[in-house]
Amino acid sequence: MSDFHTFEFTTPLTDEDIKKVHIGDVIYLTGDVVTGRDDVHHRVVKDNREVPVDLAGKAIFHAGPIMKKISDDKFKVVSVGPTTSMRMESAEAEFLAKTGVKIIIGKGGMGPKTTQGCIDNCAVHTIFPGGCAVVAAEEVVDVEGVEWADLGMPEAMWKLKVKGFGPLIVSIDSYGGNLIEDNKVLFNQRKEKALEELKGKLDFLH
Amino acid sequence: MAYDTVKCEELSELLSAFICHASGHLPDDVKAKLSELAGIEDEGFAPAIYNVMKKNMELADELGRPSCQDTGIPQFFVRAGTKWPYLDEIEPALIEAVKKATDRAPLRHNAVEVFDEYNTGNNIGHRVPWIDWELVSGSDRLEVYFYMAGGGCSLPGMAKVLMPLEGYDGIARLVFDQMTSYGVNACPPCLVGIGIAGSAEVAAKLSKKALLRPVGSHNPNPKAAKMEDDICEGLNKIGLGPGGFGGKMSVMGVNIEQAARHPATLAMGLSTACWAHRRAQISIAPDLTYEFVTHKGVTL
Ligand code: SF4
Repeated sequence: MSDFHTFEFTTPLTDEDIKKVHIGDVIYLTGDVVTGRDDVHHRVVKDNREVPVDLAGKAIFHAGPIMKKISDDKFKVVSVGPTTSMRMESAEAEFLAKTGVKIIIGKGGMGPKTTQGCIDNCAVHTIFPGGCAVVAAEEVVDVEGVEWADLGMPEAMWKLKVKGFGPLIVSIDSYGGNLIEDNKVLFNQRKEKALEELKGKLDFLH
Repeated sequence: MAYDTVKCEELSELLSAFICHASGHLPDDVKAKLSELAGIEDEGFAPAIYNVMKKNMELADELGRPSCQDTGIPQFFVRAGTKWPYLDEIEPALIEAVKKATDRAPLRHNAVEVFDEYNTGNNIGHRVPWIDWELVSGSDRLEVYFYMAGGGCSLPGMAKVLMPLEGYDGIARLVFDQMTSYGVNACPPCLVGIGIAGSAEVAAKLSKKALLRPVGSHNPNPKAAKMEDDICEGLNKIGLGPGGFGGKMSVMGVNIEQAARHPATLAMGLSTACWAHRRAQISIAPDLTYEFVTHKGVTL
């Protein structure tokens, strides 16, 4: 990871912060992270409902956590890792415009609509290593509360306070760079070659 | 024999402990494969990703928590001996075990009722936990394979009926296409399960059964075993790396299961397991002593 830069950011993030980072850079984030995935995006973008949390300058985390109630109004994160960001592709650009979110955290890449959304709204998409949900949970210092709890545990908006949250690998920057799409082009080239080399090896029919 | 409430309760306690353990600990073969792959990957983002994965496994163990927040749809593949004395008790014990484990592990609530579109809140739903049954003639043991079918790792799943002249190459093409698209999001390195049969549903089910076989095991048919190796080698040449960030390898392995096909069809099914391949297998005797096959030496 030597060619890339590492940043430590605290929310609220500014356009200047976001402009410093490029694909392949790594961010460790301190401050406000709010979870939101399919249903939250549906409510905000498709149903046009008012967002119950001020997200300006903060991070939206594509994640459906396991939470434990520790008292009447207090929760603890047991396990919280990223979910597949691509599911939010159709709604994310509009979500950014409506909320002022600066960092999207998820796993896997996102497509051209979100890439344009990141340019237009000066935002980035980042990837937390998938399946590493206990590491992530241990970087959450407090659960401030929950909104839209009626959506159920995985889909609700959990308001988290995090410290040194990461590594967040920047996969889409505010300049139109898209790390995973670049990788996919490479993977597809290698795939064609690998399939070519398989020819003749699987001729079991006669 | 009369329904045995006490045995059912004991069995559900054992199975609940089994589920809880599986949610936080990967099977021995998967752990071994991951550390082998981590040793090979020495460039780019791969070493850093493997480090976080390792730390995650250690923390999950130390804190006694599910290693991934997506604890999936609980699926059981039951091989019940025809001489196992508590056949009636198996299904209620499995359902009860899921309820208990949901509370104790705790597991994420993952059962969303289709059409009515609400989360049941306890991982019990219509046909969930999913239970697949097989009878084993003459045996007095109950063998339970458990799998947590997460969302990301279920997304690459597919089945398609090919025409025989599309050949086994046609199957390989479909697998490669899925792995370079959906597979990138399925928390690689994945274990790839392929089923080959005469119709879509048989191929699909066999692809999931293939995932229940240990990483590194081979199909007893030499041609199938060779196809497992050839596809594995081909996928590795793509270099998806851990998390899809690129690397020297792509997958933990490829397992294939087959059933005889129809002369006019060549059906394929694909299932993938993510690196957090939470699969567990237990073999239980009538007195409820057990062997925890996938997690050697663990007492529940
Ligand atoms: S693909 Fe597997 S490791 Fe990744 S988030 Fe889903 S269940 Fe967890």
